[in-house]
Amino acid sequence: MISTRPTPTRTLYDKHIDSHTVCKLDDQGHVLLYIDRQVINEYTSPQAFSGLREAGRDVWRPQSALAVVDHVNPTAPRRVAAMSDPGGALQVSYLADNCEKFGIELFDVLDKRQGIEHVIAPEQGFILPGMVIAAGDSHTTTYGALGAFGFGIGTSEIEHLLASQTLVYKRLKTMRVTVDGDLAKGLTSKDVIMALIGKIGASGATGYAIEFTGSTLSALSVEARMTICNMAVEAGARGAFMAPDEKVFAYLKDKPRAPRGELWERAIASWKQLRSDPGAVFDCEIQLDSRDLQPMVTWGTSPDQAAAINGSVPDPQAIADPILRQDMRRALTYMGLEAGMPLSDIVISHAFIGSCTNARIEDLRDAANVVRGKHVAEHVRAMIVPGSTAVRDQAEAEGLASIFRDAGFEWRQSGCSMCLAMNDDVLAPGDRCASSTNRNFEGRQGAGARTHLMSPAMVAAAAITGRLTDVRSLQGSF
Amino acid sequence: MQPFIQVCGKAAPMLAANIDTDVIMPKQFLKGIDRTGLDRGLFFDLRFLPSGEPNPEFILNQPGWQGAKFLVTGPNFGCGSSREHAVWGLKQMGIQALIGSSFAGIFYDNCQRNGVLTIVLEEVQVQALGRIVSQADSAQITVDLPAQEIRLQDGRVMPFRIDELRKDALLLGLDAIGSTLQKREQILAFEQQHLAQNPWL
Repeated sequence: MISTRPTPTRTLYDKHIDSHTVCKLDDQGHVLLYIDRQVINEYTSPQAFSGLREAGRDVWRPQSALAVVDHVNPTAPRRVAAMSDPGGALQVSYLADNCEKFGIELFDVLDKRQGIEHVIAPEQGFILPGMVIAAGDSHTTTYGALGAFGFGIGTSEIEHLLASQTLVYKRLKTMRVTVDGDLAKGLTSKDVIMALIGKIGASGATGYAIEFTGSTLSALSVEARMTICNMAVEAGARGAFMAPDEKVFAYLKDKPRAPRGELWERAIASWKQLRSDPGAVFDCEIQLDSRDLQPMVTWGTSPDQAAAINGSVPDPQAIADPILRQDMRRALTYMGLEAGMPLSDIVISHAFIGSCTNARIEDLRDAANVVRGKHVAEHVRAMIVPGSTAVRDQAEAEGLASIFRDAGFEWRQSGCSMCLAMNDDVLAPGDRCASSTNRNFEGRQGAGARTHLMSPAMVAAAAITGRLTDVRSLQGSF
Repeated sequence: MQPFIQVCGKAAPMLAANIDTDVIMPKQFLKGIDRTGLDRGLFFDLRFLPSGEPNPEFILNQPGWQGAKFLVTGPNFGCGSSREHAVWGLKQMGIQALIGSSFAGIFYDNCQRNGVLTIVLEEVQVQALGRIVSQADSAQITVDLPAQEIRLQDGRVMPFRIDELRKDALLLGLDAIGSTLQKREQILAFEQQHLAQNPWL
């Protein structure tokens, strides 16, 4: 008898994992996974390199790694190589030593290609569709916007990867998130991902790889998609991506490290196959209608504690689950907010546009559109920290920098900066910041400091009025 | 890596949801190039008052739970940043296993690589265990990895599941890199074929 078993349909995730599996390790989903690229920073890598040195091991494929200084460097407007912070200086010099010893390319702070790792790696064309990428930073999910599967790892895994080009990996469950509908004016991809996190919760995608699809996402630019994949980790996703399309190919064409000529044509032909098979089954399906969305802001200390700007601070009393109620009470106490207060009454002291989530050139254009011809409120300190030196240069060439400076923003050098405040850009206890970043955790931007997450345009609007503000209400913004 | 076999000690309840790695290990403790001294930074803003004195309200500062070897944790413990410093700090404080309904993915892997056992139970079981260990006189438990069970002082037993691969690595204290590099030839062969198929890599 001839078997007519059909070829099983596979998701995009299955295809990535299958094509990178060196061997199965058991029947419980563990595989030895080959990793195409890794990006290295100064603060999560030192102990990994020390481990290699102590064991006398070499780096398997140095050209698959790219190192950059981004977390600890100052962002003062005048860039200097010297670092006043001794801890950061040690990490930076140790990274340079390690890169030299092991033959890894490094962008140091004075390099024109320096910037936040997840901004510069796509800029360089270092990340290509179909790749699997792991890096010592949770926001490695960003690369999903290019049709690559990226995920964050800890330092022990960095060492494992440097030594073997592989990771011991357990297959994830798959989740498809379909977002349909046209985004209204004033809405951005940040609002889409914040709404999704609000809907499914901070652990709603834990144990899953997300594939994003739908008309809203197709209509977005590649940079806007990066914001979505970047923040998918705030819902717990260990990877989030989208099938690459013509926009991705156009984005990559002629990037410094993208293939060229005949190789480019071959690559495109291969990348066009990167999509889930029709009829592929996902373990979980989520739908979101972007026509219902409003600009989003967080009111709490977890990224899922978010609401539309025209709403109010929620009331813990209304929550049935005692643990959630307790968490909400704790968050409101930390944030210094009263239940029922309109969100647009919340007065800020700081405004920050930066981070791997939202500091690319399109983000700065959005923000500049809001602030053009206006001025930052008197009581607000407002900062722009471009995602990379290249973004900064481009913003200067386009005249955005002078719009920001004229409006009273500090125009700074690139780095992770006040997203996590590992350098000297730290808030004081009680400061309240409208922030284009990804995490509103307790103490994230400084011990006792309060963070409200939102899109860059919404941060710009808050900087102007001095309080959380619906960007659509500012005259002339759109 | 130190093997994990059977450990007896106090368990401290930390049942809030979404305790993130920024809270477990704040930024000012991330500036080293080695793994040492991170016990000082663990839960720093919760453990210490602004004056620098220990916060008497924090669970690990209370006499009943000082020297705890286990934490009973709320959902999504360890979310956020990939910083392995959080796990190094827990280990340096003497924490050997975490028991919760869910852990963030990167944190979970980091625990495994450092020989810290993460036990996943149903949320109702975690809440029940949390209530039991919230009483100092019943906070002493035994975690037995070969038997895959948690034993309470009153004789009750809570079984748990774990993948064989993870269990063996913990029991033997395996060097993951050494194990993987035994497959060097296989990796090389795979790589050669993979790069030939995708010459732009």
